[in-house]
Amino acid sequence: MIDTNIAVKRTEAPISMLPALATVRRVIWETDDTYTLLIDPPRANGRSFAFSAGQFNMVYAFGTGESAISISSDPSRPNMLAHTIHRVGTVTSALSRLRRGDTIGLRGPFGTAWPIEEAVGKDVCIAAGGIGLAPLRPVIYTLLRRREEFGRIMILYGARSPLDLLYRVELEEWSKAANAEVIITVDRGDSSWKGHIGVVTGLFSYLKMDTPATLAMVCGPEVMMKYTCEELERRGLAAERIYLSMERNMKCGVGLCGHCQFGPKFICKDGPVFSLPQIKHLLDRKEI
Amino acid sequence: MNEPFRLSTEDLQHIVMSLQQKGYEVIGPRNSDGVIVYDRIHSTDDLPAGFVDEQAPGMYRLAKNGGTQFFGYTLPPQSWKRFLYLPRRELIAFDKDGKSFGVSHQKDEAKPYAFIGARPCELKAISIQDRVFSSGDYLDDGYLSARRRNFIIAVNCSHAGENCFCTSFGTGPEAESGFDIALTEIVNEEKHFFVAGAGSDSGKSLIEEIGPARAVEGDVDAAHEVIRKTSDAITKSLDIAGLPKLLSDNSDHPHWDDVAKRCLTCGNCTMVCPTCFCSTVEDATDLSGKTAKRTRIWDSCFTMDFARVSGGNFRISAKSRYRQWLTHKLSSWVEQFGVSGCVGCGRCITWCPVGIDLTAEVGAIKGGVAKQENGGS
Repeated sequence: MIDTNIAVKRTEAPISMLPALATVRRVIWETDDTYTLLIDPPRANGRSFAFSAGQFNMVYAFGTGESAISISSDPSRPNMLAHTIHRVGTVTSALSRLRRGDTIGLRGPFGTAWPIEEAVGKDVCIAAGGIGLAPLRPVIYTLLRRREEFGRIMILYGARSPLDLLYRVELEEWSKAANAEVIITVDRGDSSWKGHIGVVTGLFSYLKMDTPATLAMVCGPEVMMKYTCEELERRGLAAERIYLSMERNMKCGVGLCGHCQFGPKFICKDGPVFSLPQIKHLLDRKEI
Repeated sequence: MNEPFRLSTEDLQHIVMSLQQKGYEVIGPRNSDGVIVYDRIHSTDDLPAGFVDEQAPGMYRLAKNGGTQFFGYTLPPQSWKRFLYLPRRELIAFDKDGKSFGVSHQKDEAKPYAFIGARPCELKAISIQDRVFSSGDYLDDGYLSARRRNFIIAVNCSHAGENCFCTSFGTGPEAESGFDIALTEIVNEEKHFFVAGAGSDSGKSLIEEIGPARAVEGDVDAAHEVIRKTSDAITKSLDIAGLPKLLSDNSDHPHWDDVAKRCLTCGNCTMVCPTCFCSTVEDATDLSGKTAKRTRIWDSCFTMDFARVSGGNFRISAKSRYRQWLTHKLSSWVEQFGVSGCVGCGRCITWCPVGIDLTAEVGAIKGGVAKQENGGS
């Protein structure tokens, strides 16, 4: 027999593994190995595809498989979905070969969101490394659209080289037009590079942050996030006001496959966005 | 056990037949090539009468003792998990149509299952998986559909295996809930019968349909005696007080290196564990490239690919993978689902090819910590 509570529980719940179909509108190559898919989102019962900044979709390429990819478009424009994708594996390679009008499968949006409402009235520091700028772009769009609700907007961004910078045109626009402080660094410069060289944590010395008034959102490689969080705390930012987005292997995206466990957390449903105190004790441990 | 009945072996055969007539696929223990397996049974003749198993760390032997007892063995390697949460389940079919494709959900057409011979620890394991697959925002529809139609006849344990430690978790050797009918098998020189009690309305009506005799006081006493003897015979134990914190606080304990020297990362423990639920998906197309399928298959946190992402692998070492398994099972599971992931069945000990015993590993970590706290080295 089965517990009656479980037996009657939401027999109408969505079938968690069934993707909806969406159409590729455009493929934009951001760098040599990173591209953005612009997608006409699926329509469920005539409703538009609503998501929050920080959430992700499971993106399916026909016959090849799924990959968990954060949404990198503007949440206020749900009719045009964007996923910025690093081409590294079989699924991300298959997705990179798509053309206008091709169909993909989408499951989502899944996971937790960046704390935009909590940031209202505060200075906001966004620190991104590499492809980590993609899940933060929906935040930047939102902050700039509601510019007067926030204090300073600081965007710190690090990439491997000048050619690896994502969203180059937008980075320019953000810094010029919208009263945001954008500081960029690269690991290795080239002959044309006149900007900063070094890791993202090195950029904090260029900002006089009023840390008690600041909220930080961090996304990048785990080692970058670990040192960035340490640097922010060292500069007096409370751990409760530092947020970060984690990555793990995911097969289901809904807490059923077990792959994305990080200690007791399921990155897919308890994250990907966490406040630092939720996971700080796990970040220092190897191979958790 | 309320309203105990006394079932003869013929009554049990009538139950099997009645369940078949009601449309159930009846699954029970069988001897298959020297191992007990849960498989389709047609009648009580298929039950492994007279077979007993011997289990030790890394060791399993099935032997015939010449008796008539149907359920004299302790536990087989595979649990009921494989009928409720299929090792391979086709989830979705995709059909290409020009630039687009169609998506269709693969519905489970399996008959409802009636299980005969579920052990008390296995009932607990099923209730744990019920939580795993139904407690979040998203449910496993295939699992829940199988469970909603599931009929379970539990059999209390009459033989404690060397690796059993259900008494540490209070999950056995007597079934308390989660069954439709619970049986205690009594075999002595002159008779072979079952003391039975219903655990649900459908269990009750099935017993009424068969119309067995009421159990007399002596029968019930005999059943209690079987369970008491089994309980007394369980020698292995796991001290579960403070266990979740002990493990989450000790991810750097040197004993993990010691386990890693022995662990082959084969994943046997996760395959035989009745609660392990991790899965992966397999995507494939047919030769024409026009039809694609997405299949979910059991996975194990011991595989090299389990925590791999495009940029690297979060758990390369054997140490980290064993630690993930044990810490999840006994510690983080509690935070995730409000219950331990272990029921004390001991399968992971029996079927570990090198005989790693989780109760001993936990003991070593606990002992090491106690030593440090007492100022020892």
